[in-house]
Amino acid sequence: MSFGTPAYDVAHLLGGGVLLLSFVLLYQRRLDAVISAFAVQGALLAAAAAWQGYIQGAAGLYVTAAIAFVAKAVAIPLALRLLLGRLGLHRTVETALGVGASLVAAVALVGLSVLVILPITAGQAQALTREDMALALSVVLLGMLMMITRRNAISQVIGLMSLENGLILAAVGVTGMPLVVELSTAALVLMVAVVAGVVVFQIRDRLETLDTSLLDRLRGG
Amino acid sequence: MLTALSLTLALLVVLAVVPVLAAQMPAGGRRLPVGMIVHGGALLAALVFAACGLGALLGGPVAPRPLMPGSFAPLLLALDGLSAWFLMLLGLVGACSALFALSHANQAPVRVLAAYPLFLAAMALTLLAADGFTLLLGFEAMSLASWVLVAADHDQGENRSAARLYLVFAILSGICLVPAIGLLAAPGGDVSFAAIRAMPPEGPRAAVILLLVMVGAGAKAGLVPLHAWLPIAYPAAPSHVTALMSGAMTKVAVYLLARLLLDLCGPAQPIWWGVPLLVMGAASAVIGSLRANVEEDGKTLLACSSVENVGLIVIGLGLACAFRGADLGALAGLAAGAALLHILNHGLFKTLLFLGMGEVQVGAASRRLDRLGGLIQGMPWTAAAMLVGVGAAASLPPLSGFASEWLLLQALLSAWRVGDLGFQVLALGVAALAALSAALATAAMVRLFGLVFLGRPRTPRAAGAEDGPWPARVALLLPAGLTVLFGLLPGPMLALAEGALQRLVRQDVTERATLAGVVVGDGAGAYLPIGIAALLAVLGAGIWYAVRRRTPAGVARSPAWDGGFMAPPQHLVCGDPVTQPSAAGFGQPLRQILGTPLLAAHARVAMPPPGDPAPARIEAGFADPSDALVLAPVARLRDAISAQVERLRDLTLAQCLMLPFGTLVALLALIAWLEAR
Repeated sequence: MSFGTPAYDVAHLLGGGVLLLSFVLLYQRRLDAVISAFAVQGALLAAAAAWQGYIQGAAGLYVTAAIAFVAKAVAIPLALRLLLGRLGLHRTVETALGVGASLVAAVALVGLSVLVILPITAGQAQALTREDMALALSVVLLGMLMMITRRNAISQVIGLMSLENGLILAAVGVTGMPLVVELSTAALVLMVAVVAGVVVFQIRDRLETLDTSLLDRLRGG
Repeated sequence: MLTALSLTLALLVVLAVVPVLAAQMPAGGRRLPVGMIVHGGALLAALVFAACGLGALLGGPVAPRPLMPGSFAPLLLALDGLSAWFLMLLGLVGACSALFALSHANQAPVRVLAAYPLFLAAMALTLLAADGFTLLLGFEAMSLASWVLVAADHDQGENRSAARLYLVFAILSGICLVPAIGLLAAPGGDVSFAAIRAMPPEGPRAAVILLLVMVGAGAKAGLVPLHAWLPIAYPAAPSHVTALMSGAMTKVAVYLLARLLLDLCGPAQPIWWGVPLLVMGAASAVIGSLRANVEEDGKTLLACSSVENVGLIVIGLGLACAFRGADLGALAGLAAGAALLHILNHGLFKTLLFLGMGEVQVGAASRRLDRLGGLIQGMPWTAAAMLVGVGAAASLPPLSGFASEWLLLQALLSAWRVGDLGFQVLALGVAALAALSAALATAAMVRLFGLVFLGRPRTPRAAGAEDGPWPARVALLLPAGLTVLFGLLPGPMLALAEGALQRLVRQDVTERATLAGVVVGDGAGAYLPIGIAALLAVLGAGIWYAVRRRTPAGVARSPAWDGGFMAPPQHLVCGDPVTQPSAAGFGQPLRQILGTPLLAAHARVAMPPPGDPAPARIEAGFADPSDALVLAPVARLRDAISAQVERLRDLTLAQCLMLPFGTLVALLALIAWLEAR
């Protein structure tokens, strides 16, 4: 399986799609658009996992794909939309870092992860695995960047979960990763979603806003 | 033999569990004599250690063998000459300490009873280790167990702070020794001693190892400037534990120095390799003996004397290093032999002194010199044993302390044979300091014995003191007898250390050690203790006989003039304490001459303001230089670091997220840069 075969090309396309949606997440200003982009990213991730299951012949990866689809593409976006409706949130989000600056930073991070991953894995793994790892690390870093640049609690939660998407992308790309790792990662994501939902409600109840920068005032020195 | 030793280690671990289990049992019913079991078992184990050490010294080394086949790490045990020498000392000291504990410490709290056998076992494991991992395991277990013992009496705040300081220094030892072993490891990470010996370190790596081991083992041995914990922690521990710490634990630290620096780093090290050992040893000798002259607590005084003696031992090791580097094998053997003899002799007489001080504390309920006095009346056994120990510590012939210190000075005086001028000057200075410290130690021991045992009781409690029960007396008489014996037989003892000397300097001493004494080798320098003892005996008998002959019959005794020191009146049995010299007064001359420059000693008369009827007071005190030069800067550094860390608490949420993210990106960039090169 090398460059030019359908297996490689499709896997690369799906991984690249996940990364592209990370960029989309970064520049969306409206919360419902952020949630939609996140749902699409989850669906692409599920497709990537299923494709990996197909080319590796590993049945466990189909389970991963199913979990990713149900949780990330359907359940969590729906829950978030419900949340938005119940809180009656205004539809725009303000960013701490400007869109242009965050996109430049994101491009630099992708370059960095390619520079790190490709020389390390040179001559050790298949080309597909190497590319996949580079894409996954980029998604992780972009998720972190999103958590830093956004000030709204909900978009920070989405940044965290897109970071988890990167982890799962890395896990499915490696041949022979045991299913239990992926299952526990998926469980972890659900737990994070639940906890984050509770915290968001708490912040909202106490402060009447979701702008986390206002929390700094409240800490004991 | 290793099987017996492994079983003994297992026995000690079981003994540590016994008091814990016994404490869980319901109250009422028949209580187990837990203290008796623990200390009796420890006595048995110590005797096994001594016998195995002596057996290995006589019968030759025992090859390495794993402690537990199939365990997580190899845990190699072996018994070569060097280990056997220290193991014999550990056994003798442990036996005396356990005997003393049998008569005085059976009611000790559970934490002490549980930690005591562990402490013994950890020291034995350190000595028996044949790979770096086991060595560290034993050493750290020893630090931890002794910390529990130092904190035994933690009701008092000063003991708590002593234990905390002790723990800080123990952690420092660990921080330094773990990387030192890692650097010593042969390629492939093999830390067994055989593999390290095959590929000894060289160049900068060896220098870093020297530095780390000096700090790590030096902090545990109490070398200046890392001795701050010693005069504080020793008095905090129970007496039998203090004896074990001073007699055996500091020697285990010296064992680490000898094993890691002289044995494992190989014989090909340069001359300057011994210089740090010489400098630190000389500083310890002087500071320790000087402080022993101004301390007013018996145990603290003995602790300072330990610092001095460890300094002398380390001087011997440093000289051996330097002689070996200069290809003077015979002199290296002399210096190392002096160090080994002094290790054994100091271990025994310091155990004797600490146990004797413990007996005094039990009998007279105080360790402060100003509350004792005249104990020779109520405690004749203790006084006699202490006199032997004090004489050895003051290095009087024919006792054991003299033999080893004489050998050491002989080695120091031969240091001019190393061609390097700088080293010659340094050795000259060290010789002068060693001689000074021996003289100061004599003064300190005279002060100790005179204030505690002679004169008149300073308190009613001291007037009513009595000797301890028989096991405690045996615990004092055994080391006292050995001190006399080893003093008379330095030649055979040196011959016994043959195996250890082979390990350290690859040199034998057969022509130096004779039955009658020790010969320095070149010239006529020889020390014949039996001859000196016979001479002293003949002289003493002659004087006694002459006095008896010249005494006319029918002599009436009349009170001596005694410098105006009257017998106490009937209504005041102890007399007025003010008529006797106090501990501070006895130390005053030395404190003024040497203490002012070295210990920042000060004394001034504080006058009350005019019109205030309060009396004028003399305010005197001193400060160890390590407090200002080591502890205070470290404390300031700690405060600065914690103030900086405290600022992290004020970061905003985004900055908190930024911190790990920035670290991660920076590390990734570092990897990318390293790969691009």
